[in-house]
Amino acid sequence: MANIPENLRYSKDHEWVSVNGDVVSIGITDYAQSSLGDVVYIDLPRVGDRFGTHEAFGSVESVKAVSEIFTPVAGEIVEVNDGLNDTPEKVNSDPYGDAWFIKVKMENPGEADAMLSAVEYEEYLSSQD
Amino acid sequence: MTETALKKTPLNRLHRELGGKMVDFGGWDMPVQYTAGVIEEHMRTRTAAGLFDVSHMGEIWVEGTDAIAFVNGLTTNNVTKLSDGQAHYSALTNDYGGVVDDLLVYRFGPEKLLLVVNAGTTDKDWEWIISHKNDADIVLTNASVDYCQIAVQGPNAVAILKPLTDVNLDEIKYYWFTTGRVDGVESIISRTGYTGEDGFEVYAAPQFAEQLWNKFLDAGKYGAEKGILPAGLAARNTLRLESGMSLYGHELADDISPLEAGLGWITKPQKGEFIGRDAITELKEQGLKRKLVGFEMIDRGIARDGFDVYVDDKKVGYVTSGSPAPFLKKNIGLAFVPTEFANIGQELKIDVRGKLLTAAVIETPFYRRKK
Repeated sequence: MANIPENLRYSKDHEWVSVNGDVVSIGITDYAQSSLGDVVYIDLPRVGDRFGTHEAFGSVESVKAVSEIFTPVAGEIVEVNDGLNDTPEKVNSDPYGDAWFIKVKMENPGEADAMLSAVEYEEYLSSQD
Repeated sequence: MTETALKKTPLNRLHRELGGKMVDFGGWDMPVQYTAGVIEEHMRTRTAAGLFDVSHMGEIWVEGTDAIAFVNGLTTNNVTKLSDGQAHYSALTNDYGGVVDDLLVYRFGPEKLLLVVNAGTTDKDWEWIISHKNDADIVLTNASVDYCQIAVQGPNAVAILKPLTDVNLDEIKYYWFTTGRVDGVESIISRTGYTGEDGFEVYAAPQFAEQLWNKFLDAGKYGAEKGILPAGLAARNTLRLESGMSLYGHELADDISPLEAGLGWITKPQKGEFIGRDAITELKEQGLKRKLVGFEMIDRGIARDGFDVYVDDKKVGYVTSGSPAPFLKKNIGLAFVPTEFANIGQELKIDVRGKLLTAAVIETPFYRRKK
């Protein structure tokens, strides 16, 4: 069963966010990394780029497949985890820790609250099988 | 949901036990990878051994006095050159010189050949072959369900198989085979594979599939640090791609000539009449308009199957197979391009989701094992 930490919020596209004031860290879930398989390449945006809700901000590629990653919340990118370019395998080994992708300053600081809770995300996953 | 409709090999239960991630592969329920993951499965096959279930492949017997002449009339390679116990790679071609399928032809005797064809094309090949039987003195048998096929591939393959058989494996040269017992099970032992490594493909009755599979895992020290790993379709694909081998439906198809796909070495129009020979001869005389080339990405990014290829802002071709190459640690691919752009060093641009990224034509095979 996929690991789903309780303190995070989730999207149906299998992103997670960790809320810290009006800034969120964004990554992909354990379920997502497991579905993709060995991650070998990540394409990320630049600091200062702005995205609306549910816009593709980059992509994650495994040996077998490519998957776009979407912004679960609207805002401006304030930090990018460039280190992942050299260590994309961390997306597999530590999807909720070292392998965060970007940090976004939310336009509407309440937006993350509307995302799925861990329990809701787990129910969503079960409904997909 | 439609899982019950998928065909299963006799190893299906073991794949699931081993943590195989099962996918629908041309109507077959097959493991795309196991718990180790595609990169580790690929690397282990290059450095120790990988174990592959290829039971989904099709087997067709051709028996009778016309066996050799019949197969020679359907395929590009010269069947009359085969000796008993020898196999070769070949192609079934259509009237237009396109490829119906690529296959292995095994000669068991002057009146007995075995054709091993791709899983997804077995039914099509069977229809094609029986439709050309006419009055040939042969008996055709689609024996696909009578066999499991297990490939033991990698530098440790000989050492793994040796204690399980009385057959002298060292005497089986590359692309030769023999029949004999493996762990007491009557088998065809073929020194062939689809990984670019030394190795064997073992054919046996399906009720022995689990026994043989487990024996190979044990003999290969599955679970040990440098032990054998079961390897799924994803590793099978990256291994064959690194080795520059074609995959039907990608580099080969009904509208692709074996000459365009770089299979001139198995295409022998001088051997005599066969289906597609005229078209192939004509293409050879006219010269090829397009060719399959190998490329590596220069820019960061991965080319995938079907991506468009550009030269000087003009679309000139497409990627047939593209992937990260786990052993070579670069991003590679094969593409059809006009012959004028097929030279080593040619710069190509590949449309990776809207971005034109630079690639360069390089020699194939990308990977060649040290002998």
